[in-house]
Amino acid sequence: MDIVLKIWRQKDQDSTGKLETYTLEEVNPDMSFLEMLDTLNHNLVKQGERAIEFDHDCREGICGQCGMMIDGIAHGPLKHTTTCQLHMRSFCDGQTIQIEPFRAEAFPVIRDLKVDRSAFDRIIASGGYVSVDTGQAPEANSIPIAHHDAEAAFDAAVCIGCGACVASCKNASASLFTAAKISQMTRLPQGREEAGTRVTRMVRQMESEDFGHCTNTEACEVECPQAISVLHIARMNYEYNRAGIFFNKA
Amino acid sequence: MWFVKNMITRKNLMALTGLFLAFFLIIHLLGNLQLLLPDEVAREQYNWYSHLLAGNIVIEIIAIVLYACILLHLADAIYLTIRGRKVSGNYRLDKRARASTWYSRNMMFLGAVIFAFLVIHFKDFWYQYKFGTLPLDEKGHKDLYTLVVTAFGQLWYVIVYIIAIIALGYHMLHGVFSAHRTLGLYHPVYNRIVRTAGVVFSVAMTFGYAVIPIVIYIKQPL
Ligand code: HEM
Ligand code: FES
Repeated sequence: MDIVLKIWRQKDQDSTGKLETYTLEEVNPDMSFLEMLDTLNHNLVKQGERAIEFDHDCREGICGQCGMMIDGIAHGPLKHTTTCQLHMRSFCDGQTIQIEPFRAEAFPVIRDLKVDRSAFDRIIASGGYVSVDTGQAPEANSIPIAHHDAEAAFDAAVCIGCGACVASCKNASASLFTAAKISQMTRLPQGREEAGTRVTRMVRQMESEDFGHCTNTEACEVECPQAISVLHIARMNYEYNRAGIFFNKA
Repeated sequence: MWFVKNMITRKNLMALTGLFLAFFLIIHLLGNLQLLLPDEVAREQYNWYSHLLAGNIVIEIIAIVLYACILLHLADAIYLTIRGRKVSGNYRLDKRARASTWYSRNMMFLGAVIFAFLVIHFKDFWYQYKFGTLPLDEKGHKDLYTLVVTAFGQLWYVIVYIIAIIALGYHMLHGVFSAHRTLGLYHPVYNRIVRTAGVVFSVAMTFGYAVIPIVIYIKQPL
């Protein structure tokens, strides 16, 4: 298949970018979207042009690096997929595909389709951990955990931190990401202890990173590659309010 | 609360004020359904009812809370909407709308329609009743009934009302369940209950409020 690509090119954080048009012929429908971009880059390099930069790592849908806006939707037209798990068979022969970086005040563009998502790291660092004494690993079964609690914590822990929630949100809110990271620990007895401090610190960090508020439009859950539930956001609000009411903040 | 930067606190306030306004709508509707009683009874009873409310200290306090709620809700709406706009990106091609309802994305627009309506509503009825000079009815009560019925005798006025009421209905269709989420209701079962209750409530309010101007318009002597 032949396709036309309109891709956002931006030299660095300070320059203004623009859309450039490229055509790519004989695309194999079974290529992944990233392989298609590799092919385009191969051609560009051969012509002596600068390759299009985009983030990627695992290429199997688990690292969350490959975020980009494809035809106005985070990770492209398929719901609950990453870009690396999207294949060219999801597009038609002759189609024009527009690719832009994830856009948010908190995600500055580094170059082309690459954005700086270190704000996420700082949210995690602010409180997304469980404090334990160092030394010998404790006996794994000394704290009983009900199966459904373990499962619920795991449902939150599957977040790959790709940023599609922020990109899909009209307010560029990082609520789904932050809430998932909070739930994954707070649902387990080990994480319960620090619940109040954790939620307060992580929410404050989220706000200082210029992410917006949550309007509960639920777009984030729809576009999340892992279909993480928006109810985690309600749980984050609950924990935050509870910490405030019982003076359990820090 | 303008000094509170924290967004969850801001949204808590928005949710609480919004829910109070929504609760007020029930009482307000029940009172105004008296407008639909048979003509002569309606006039007497409605004017008596308005007089009763206007002279009651408890009602006076609730009214002040209500005005405060509108202002706080408005202040938060403006603050959050501006901040949301500022921190979110502009896509050249934006199809994000597929993942959510149009009314959840346009709460500020719907709210602005409601607010514009509130200005008209206050000016024409509240202000007239409180500060205007209305003729008295046989019982010596201010004749608010005739003022309302005359206003709803005009087609354009009825249309303005219907538009505002539909905007209000959509605002609450998203607002009622969203407020509960904001306040931290995370259990899936209760969420399903609240969502259904929110839909029933919004539809009931929309029809209840829309019926009054329509019936008065149709009933008027030609
Ligand atoms: C009787 C009138 C009104 C009622 C019953 C009402 C009710 C509500 C409720 C229950 C919410 C949900 C709060 C939440 O998500 O936590 C809400 C949100 C909202 N309201 Fe209202 N509201 C009214 C008037 C207004 C007005 C006059 C405006 C603005 C001019 C407004 C703007 C908004 C906005 C922008 C939101 C969404 C906030 C967000 O981004 O999450 N509302 N409203
Ligand atoms: S490259 Fe790892 S998720 Fe796509």
